[in-house]
Amino acid sequence: MATTKSICFYFQVHQPDRLRQYRFFDIGNNFVYYDEFTNKNIMRRIARKCYLPINALLLELIKSHRSKFKLAFSISGVAIEQFKQFAPEVLDSFKALASTGCVEFLAETYSHSLASIANENEFKLQVKDHSKLIESTFGMKPVTFRNTELIYSDQIGACVADMGYKTMLTEGAKHILGWKSPNFVYTNTINPKLKLLLKNSELSDDIAFRFSNKSWDGWPLTAEKYADWVESALEKDDTLNIFMDYETFGEHQPAESGIFDFLKALPDAILAKGISFDTPSQVAAKYQPVGPLHVQYPISWADEERDTSAWLGNELQNEAFSKLYSLDKKVKKIKDKDLLNVYRHLQESDHFYYMCTKFFSDGAVHSYFNPYDTPYEAFINYMNVLSDFELRVEARLKKSEKRNVQK
Amino acid sequence: MRVLMFGWEFPPHISGGLGTACYGMTKGLAHNDVDVLFVMPSATGDEDQSDLRIINASDVESTEVSSNIDEFLGKVEFLRVESNIMPYVDPEDYSKLSSEEQSYQTESFKYHFKSKYKFSGKYGTNLMEEVVRYAMVGGTIAMQNQFDVIHAHDWLTYLAGIAAKRVSSKPLIVHVHSTEFDRSGENINTQVFDIEQMGMKEADKVITVSDWTRNIVINKYGIDPSKVVTVHNAVDFSTRKAMDIQKAVPEKVVTFLGRITFQKGPEYFIEAAYKVLQKTDNVRFVMAGSGDLLNRSIRRVAKLGIANKFHFTGFLRGDDVQKMFAHSDVYVMPSVSEPFGISPLEAMQSNVPTIISKQSGVAEVLKYAIKVDFWDIDALADAIYGLATYPAIAKVAGEKGYAEVNAIKWDNAAAKVKDVYQAVINLKK
Repeated sequence: MATTKSICFYFQVHQPDRLRQYRFFDIGNNFVYYDEFTNKNIMRRIARKCYLPINALLLELIKSHRSKFKLAFSISGVAIEQFKQFAPEVLDSFKALASTGCVEFLAETYSHSLASIANENEFKLQVKDHSKLIESTFGMKPVTFRNTELIYSDQIGACVADMGYKTMLTEGAKHILGWKSPNFVYTNTINPKLKLLLKNSELSDDIAFRFSNKSWDGWPLTAEKYADWVESALEKDDTLNIFMDYETFGEHQPAESGIFDFLKALPDAILAKGISFDTPSQVAAKYQPVGPLHVQYPISWADEERDTSAWLGNELQNEAFSKLYSLDKKVKKIKDKDLLNVYRHLQESDHFYYMCTKFFSDGAVHSYFNPYDTPYEAFINYMNVLSDFELRVEARLKKSEKRNVQK
Repeated sequence: MRVLMFGWEFPPHISGGLGTACYGMTKGLAHNDVDVLFVMPSATGDEDQSDLRIINASDVESTEVSSNIDEFLGKVEFLRVESNIMPYVDPEDYSKLSSEEQSYQTESFKYHFKSKYKFSGKYGTNLMEEVVRYAMVGGTIAMQNQFDVIHAHDWLTYLAGIAAKRVSSKPLIVHVHSTEFDRSGENINTQVFDIEQMGMKEADKVITVSDWTRNIVINKYGIDPSKVVTVHNAVDFSTRKAMDIQKAVPEKVVTFLGRITFQKGPEYFIEAAYKVLQKTDNVRFVMAGSGDLLNRSIRRVAKLGIANKFHFTGFLRGDDVQKMFAHSDVYVMPSVSEPFGISPLEAMQSNVPTIISKQSGVAEVLKYAIKVDFWDIDALADAIYGLATYPAIAKVAGEKGYAEVNAIKWDNAAAKVKDVYQAVINLKK
């Protein structure tokens, strides 16, 4: 008998550390970079609207389906820090989900950074730090890797395989796949041991972006209708990978849209079709890869272009990015925990996302959770903070050099 | 001697240098025993009236001229101006205004004689309407008051000055603080140019704030040189408080402060900054202000890869301006065309060594500022590098500059203005 087909749900959980307004006059004067008030308020709001109620719902679904309902999370290190600081009850509810054994936690970069494009060494360090944090928090060592915003290339994949990961998630980008279907397991071109799961954009976005859109011809979307679509998509294929931001539930798609009821009814509707819920590592183990996937230049799940231009598409972003990573050697040399910590937080991809000037095509997505009115303000503010950080790094470097001379 | 003076703004509510200059000048005139009746479109009542009387044009009813309206209109029939434009746009409001303007332009212009008109006194979309209404009110005020001479500041008030002259037959002086060529380069607004030229032609004398501006008035507006007199601006530091500020960054801070527009030459500052940063790390640049070239400037700085050493502050308000000077080690004003330019004087008063472009009026009165051509990026970079790197020259420039600006007084400038008044009064006799 042929194996049952799979559907694989993975949710991204991340909240950035938004910077406060940091003026030129603050440079050299003020070490407070973050807008704690805003960060706390946003975290508390999302906890109330999304994390807490949906975690409770998922726990209930897992229990009532006796382990037939499974899913995966990737929670950034900085999000876990924010949970600890602003909403510890959210972390507890994730731990409760972890203890069911039906939830896989994925590895990623600690600070949801773009280090994979900038600096391989820093990338590996961050992944290690994140893996440690996940293991200590949830009691399981991640075996599947998910890069920030699904960024992937042959090179990045090879690097991830080097670190011992067997499976990696990325976008089923049309310009990469061509006629090929995203609904199979592929492998990395350089190191075929690394299996790739590709996001099915169509069916992911039906939930993430279109669910409450009344002018969409699929509206209103019910669990039964969705299960029909899933069944027909899987007619000839192996697995459907449904990836999205966790904040889809309750935040991007508000509770009034009926998204909670949809989610509640979904496991029964899917299972009724004889399709099984599997986590990414289970999907990778279950199916034979159909072949290698060539990705020369980095792809991601962002915007129409599905590339990295949301973070590194204009001169502002490139400048901020290159200035930040030009400090890498100096920061590493100092070996100061606090400064390293700031360095990690300044790497959060969100800072660069706010500097994006592609307003017209994907403006709505870009303005979400964005504390700035314009990308120019985002750039100015970030560079002021970075300049202060640079001064601190230089000062520490001088101090330690002096000490070495004295020895 | 009594002067009927037309201005557009007056402290504390000012958006540019014009109000500040009017304030200093009227105080200086008072010290020279000249009575000033100062008319402005929208006074709020908190202006300092110790040395002059302010007439708020918004409080004046035009009804009183209606008895001899034909005669009045006969004298001021030049006033019909059809459409609305927006010169002097505050860059902050630019995008907002351009959308407003479209709907506004479709409305035709109407005169309402029997009511007061509430002037905004700003530089908005209905500026041209306000200019014309202001002129009507100016004529009315001229009929109601006694004075010896009329003095109008910048083109916004020229029509009011002309109206006042027509109804009173008193001599008119127009004062050129800036010209359309300074504000817009070669792409001038011809409507504004026409009003400026009309004011200069109708005037008995034209006062310019510098020889730089005098040349523009003579060459571009075709005004008889014998009619044009330069009286350099001065600056009043009496209300300035001392500030105790510790610089926080270790590098030398080089500052540009002003509107980030074509006229102020921000791009030359950026290119010079790039050159200086190739030679030394010990310097940090700040561009303070806002304007239509701000975003382009930010992109250029990012492209040059100097954004960790080049900062933008946005528009600075109140004490932040002085705070910025207090943080500065070098001040640069690379204006492409600056009729006068008061900010270098403020910088020097804060002991900051200053570099100014030769294309500025203030260059004519300063000995201890370094002068370069605005387009000469190498010379500008040289001067910045020198002042930031060699303490000796920075010290001399700072100390001498301080002494120099403190000697530039409005009382002296006002005495020259009074001489011009006397000359036109004598001419009429």
